[in-house]
Amino acid sequence: MSEPLVFTFKVDGGDFTSAGQASVQVKKNLNQIGFPPEVIRRVSIAMYEGEINMVIHADGGVATIKVDENCIEIVLADKGPGIADVEKAMQEGFSTAPDEVRGLGFGAGMGLPNMKRYTDEMTVDSTVGVGTTITMKVNY
Amino acid sequence: MTANSLAEKLKLEVVCCPCPEKEVSGVYIGDLLSWVMGRAKEGDAWLTIMSNINIVAVASLADTAAVILTEGVTVDEKITETAAAKGVNIFTSNKPSYETAVEISELI
Ligand SMILES: Nc1ncnc2c1ncn2[C@@H]1O[C@H](COP(=O)(O)OP(=O)(O)OP(=O)(O)O)[C@@H](O)[C@H]1O
Ligand SMILES: [Mg+2]
Repeated sequence: MSEPLVFTFKVDGGDFTSAGQASVQVKKNLNQIGFPPEVIRRVSIAMYEGEINMVIHADGGVATIKVDENCIEIVLADKGPGIADVEKAMQEGFSTAPDEVRGLGFGAGMGLPNMKRYTDEMTVDSTVGVGTTITMKVNY
Repeated sequence: MTANSLAEKLKLEVVCCPCPEKEVSGVYIGDLLSWVMGRAKEGDAWLTIMSNINIVAVASLADTAAVILTEGVTVDEKITETAAAKGVNIFTSNKPSYETAVEISELI
């Protein structure tokens, strides 16, 4: 593979009826390319959690997936409120999700930990009042 | 055991079964989506009472073999359509999750 393959998706904020759409599409694309199921599953789970976080916590954002020679890179960038204490946010069980989304099954505070767990590399770059960019890599 | 024969043996109501041959190899019970995402294994039957559109993406991305809505929980048409299109099997049961899980464990 010479040129890396790039997929970009705009993720709408606050829309729970189609939330996760970009991740489902990426899964389909990676399937067609012929990636092993376990690699696809890790990318799918990590991207879904990040996509949903942009929907719930940041009023949407942009997801970019780059298929490189040895890894798949997922970048989730939003202009939401930012995360004041990233270390705390990364802890299992920490959540500021509002009640109405908890009723839908979100808000366990497990999204960021899942992203960490299912990827080989993860960096969170966040500034309060400016936004959040999360970069993850899954090696294959 | 395949998803469709599991549904048959347990007398589950089939809401949609676009991938009847999917192999069921375990069970995960839970309603909080990130727990399911993080802990369910590929091929698990996912037992839940959570019945909204987001279960379709979760089931699809986590590669579960089927969603089984227990305790008589129902799904609306929109969910059924999306699940059918996304290749997600959905069954329902009037029994609680525990009993359903025990029955599955005897079969797989
Ligand atoms: N993109 C983001 N912008 C602003 N805050 C965020 C963002 N992503 C996560 N957070 C903050 O970090 C917290 C923890 O996120 P995490 O995904 O682990 O849990 P959650 O989204 O609250 O619940 P779950 O993912 O289990 O449904 C969130 O509750 C929120 O406060
Ligand atoms: Mg989350």
